[in-house]
Amino acid sequence: MCTLEKRGRVYLLTLTGADEHRLNPTLLDAVRSALARVRSEAASSDGGAALVIAAEGKFFSNGFDLDWARASPSLHPGLMTAALRRTLADLLSLPMPTVAAVTGHVSAAGCFLALSHDYVVMRADRGFLYMSEVDIGLPIVESFMALMRAKIPDPRTRRDVLLWGKKMTAVEAEARGIVDRAVVGAREAVEAAIAMGEELAARNWDGEAYASIRKGLFKDVCRGLGLKEASDEEEEAAASAAAAKLPSSKL
Amino acid sequence: MCSLERRDRVFLLSITGDGQHRLNADTIASLRSSLAEIRSQVAAAPGGYSLVTAAEGRFFSNGFDLAWANEAGTPSGSRQRLSSLVALFKPVVADLLSLPMPTVAAVTGHAAAAGFMLAISHDYAVMRGDRGVLYMSELDIGLSFPDYFMSLMRAKIADPRTLRDVTLRAKKFSAAEAEARGIVDSVHGSAAETVEAALRLAKELAARNWDGGVYASIRMGAFPEACAAVGLAEHDDEEKRKTFVSKL
Repeated sequence: MCTLEKRGRVYLLTLTGADEHRLNPTLLDAVRSALARVRSEAASSDGGAALVIAAEGKFFSNGFDLDWARASPSLHPGLMTAALRRTLADLLSLPMPTVAAVTGHVSAAGCFLALSHDYVVMRADRGFLYMSEVDIGLPIVESFMALMRAKIPDPRTRRDVLLWGKKMTAVEAEARGIVDRAVVGAREAVEAAIAMGEELAARNWDGEAYASIRKGLFKDVCRGLGLKEASDEEEEAAASAAAAKLPSSKL
Repeated sequence: MCSLERRDRVFLLSITGDGQHRLNADTIASLRSSLAEIRSQVAAAPGGYSLVTAAEGRFFSNGFDLAWANEAGTPSGSRQRLSSLVALFKPVVADLLSLPMPTVAAVTGHAAAAGFMLAISHDYAVMRGDRGVLYMSELDIGLSFPDYFMSLMRAKIADPRTLRDVTLRAKKFSAAEAEARGIVDSVHGSAAETVEAALRLAKELAARNWDGGVYASIRMGAFPEACAAVGLAEHDDEEKRKTFVSKL
């Protein structure tokens, strides 16, 4: 399903196997377990960290496991979307910068997974980014739509991705602001993502502050994914804790 | 008024006549009935379709019929008439934002105020390059915008500087400038060439054979604030889940 390793300050989560990495509760639970380990290891270590998610084979992820959904149409679709919502909530609340290394085709729900990272590096020489829903005739539930709106603010790009079902190469996706970098080669894309992660981790940011800022940036998306907003008391407590760390001359 | 023709899977709605195509109760009713006709034809024979909206003459549409509003004779009477036009036009925008097929505006001439809104209510806009401007004239005539105009502009013109130039500078955009700033998708020569380009695009879109209901659902999810502003309720997740399951 997935492996987790540490490279310097970067946690590298890899979706293993040469398959399409279709998102079903089994794979998503494996990803969530790995993310929970990342969280607990980072909490007990000093200094900054970052997460990179990559995948083996020709696909980053080709979306929901529709075969699994068909096996029990009244039950499985709901379980699948709930599992993805929880996974995206984990990523959006992760107390460190996150980088998706899109090493192959990424489509539909796979795009939700990739775009819920802070940064996206995508393989340039092969693979497409493709929101296939319009072509297959599948509606997109609001919580995932909110993510797409937040990450693709340009109306024309949003239309081309969602309403035209454009298959974009990494180069086009970078030009249109959907991904941050297009890198030739799968291995090179992963190395670039790790280098980016290392650079971000070296900033030694406070993980909770980072996560809090990210959640504020994507407030509506987080609410839709069921992430609780910090209560006023929590925010005040965090502010006093931060103020206590400032040198006295700055107060 | 409007004429509606069908060219295979593409509906061509034309605002007819040589005038400014000012929007009043009659022209609006004509638009709405054409859009209703389109809906009923596709409900009877599901498949991939698309719409092109074009206009004859030098104007796409120069906005609301202010002359009619002013014929009220008093300032409050004029204001009331203008309010009625604002209210009547809102469902046209709603019809377009919920239309179960891709939509292309062939901006064949000047598009100002509500005429500009008519254009950007479409998914795609192609514009003639040899003449014509896009222009939100309201500031120049001392009017503000209805809420739904602002929501629609915010949805379709996301760049803050462009939005400011459109609304707070009352800038007249040539087709080339409109394309450069992301307001229209492409520029063509004459009006006829623009309509041809729109029909080509529409044909390509119709050939994708999209499920119209899902297309409209995704469109409304992509621009929810604009849709809410014109009274469109988003399909809730339960409806979407049912559609999802039916497609498996």
